[in-house]
Amino acid sequence: MPVMQRTMTPPATGAPAGVSGSVPPARPRRVRRLSRRDRVVLGLMVGVPTLIQAVLVWIPTLLSVGLSFTKWNGLDLADIRPAGLGNYSYALKEYPPFWPAVAHNVIWLAFLALVATPLGLLLAVLLDQRIRGSRLYQSVFFTPVMLSMVMVGIIWQLVYARDQGLVNNLLGTAGTPGAVDWFGDSDVNLWAALVATTWRHSGYVMVLYLAGLKGVDPSLREAAALDGAGARQTFLRVVFPAMRPVNIVVVVITIIEALRAFDIVYLINRGTNGLELLSVLVIQNLVGEGQVIGVGSALAVILLVVSLGPIVYYLVRTFRRADS
Amino acid sequence: MTPVPATAPVRGPRRRHSGTHLFLAAMALMWLAPLLWTLYAALRPKAVTDKYGYWSLHGPFGLGNFATAWTQGRMSAYFGNSLLITVPSVVLTLALASMMAFGVSRFRWRFNITLLVLFTAGNMLPPQVLAAPLFEMFKHTPLPYSVSSSGTLLDTYYAVIAVETAFQLGFCTFVLANYMKALPAALTEAALVDGASVWQQFSRVILPLSRPALAALATLEVVWLYNDYFWPLLFIHNGDRLPVTTGITNLQGQFLLDYNMIAAGATITVIPTLVVYLALQRHFVAGLTLGADKG
Repeated sequence: MPVMQRTMTPPATGAPAGVSGSVPPARPRRVRRLSRRDRVVLGLMVGVPTLIQAVLVWIPTLLSVGLSFTKWNGLDLADIRPAGLGNYSYALKEYPPFWPAVAHNVIWLAFLALVATPLGLLLAVLLDQRIRGSRLYQSVFFTPVMLSMVMVGIIWQLVYARDQGLVNNLLGTAGTPGAVDWFGDSDVNLWAALVATTWRHSGYVMVLYLAGLKGVDPSLREAAALDGAGARQTFLRVVFPAMRPVNIVVVVITIIEALRAFDIVYLINRGTNGLELLSVLVIQNLVGEGQVIGVGSALAVILLVVSLGPIVYYLVRTFRRADS
Repeated sequence: MTPVPATAPVRGPRRRHSGTHLFLAAMALMWLAPLLWTLYAALRPKAVTDKYGYWSLHGPFGLGNFATAWTQGRMSAYFGNSLLITVPSVVLTLALASMMAFGVSRFRWRFNITLLVLFTAGNMLPPQVLAAPLFEMFKHTPLPYSVSSSGTLLDTYYAVIAVETAFQLGFCTFVLANYMKALPAALTEAALVDGASVWQQFSRVILPLSRPALAALATLEVVWLYNDYFWPLLFIHNGDRLPVTTGITNLQGQFLLDYNMIAAGATITVIPTLVVYLALQRHFVAGLTLGADKG
């Protein structure tokens, strides 16, 4: 999933552009000093990507907000009617799958935050030791990260199948009436999907933390050891706080992945019967018969507002650091 | 805190990690089991698994399911479609992102940081937030029938490529801007003294130096776009035009309950990513963690 990584620390060469104050030794050049031709070239180099980004990302986002206050069947642009807050009150009060979807998104986030992400951290910490076969283990845990969530879903469908699947064969229930349909039974399918998601998410977090752990200054550990700190204390008090930039990335990825979750539940059953998520409800209102663009957009805006939390947190952390 | 003898090695002697090994081996087995289970089912004819069940060791084993899934599932067409979407998208994304990154990181002007922040934010949105307006924009953009069988931008690769590019642009710009910002300013100053234009500074100085970041991003983007499910699902309704990742779900309908065949199709779909994984793992991991190790 394309989620932003924290990249490099502010370079030693100076503050980024746009910061006034004392002039560091080397800083980006002022545009004003360029020749006219160079300014045109630079304008195109920046203008074309900005135009694409504006037309295909920022404007659609604003249009989603606009459409959420209208009633429209998606056919004729002239049929768009204002609807005030009607779509929102419908979604919150009358639309049956709304609150289950919210609950599932919260469970999704909690599971990733309490199980999948800590597991990835644990694997990274264990594999960062001088341990035989560390690279082999890393490769094994990393393999699912290469797969799409659709592939993850298909592979786990084979694992979870009622009579043919691995899990029920291991439990000895395959072929008996006691066999659980892990992806079909609405009592368990959310958890089954979360286990499959963890299979991929933990490896992703592991890779990030392995890089983070390698980046921790070894002298910090030496100092802690000399002060007599045990392995656990060294990790909790010294190493983990030193990985702050990675921690921020992981927190943001975990939240955003929970809000973006879509592919696997859509693959399993189009996000119904125990697998409702906000992202899927948006699409159900957009494509199915009797399109209700307004309601779908209202749901999209709710998703947007929730997403802005982690996005703004990340941007502030990242760019304020770069500015200081 | 217990005092440690001054002679103690910093990270302790090489301890026996038997508990750790036991845990890691168990986890690794759990991690591999779904993959091995899929591969095992794919290698066995359905007649055998119907008779003995999937939890059995009876042969024969063979590649028959792969051949059938490949031909009956029309997978060669899906792979071709994936190629037609992935390659232009990655090339466009990297070309545009490197120009944008150059503009915001090597020069100082009024809104350069603001733009970079907005680019960064755009990539983090859930794609579903943009889905309705983009779908309607494309549906209401008429195209001649000679270009698009739907008469609109829907059902065309242009739509998918454009949106994939726009959506990945933010991430790549962010990574490349950080990378380019870290390159010494003296480099372009020297080029400037030699009379190099802005374009020459970009193409002859900054771009060649950014090759490691570009290689990492290219690897990462190829895998991500190959793996993308959502945008083709939204824009392409003609089943013959779907890329592999979206089209593979058709196999489920086609081979209803023929798990061996679905497993074979899934295995085939995974092969390109595994090839990238084995050949370019270093770049892929570098892309994922670009700079996180320097935090």
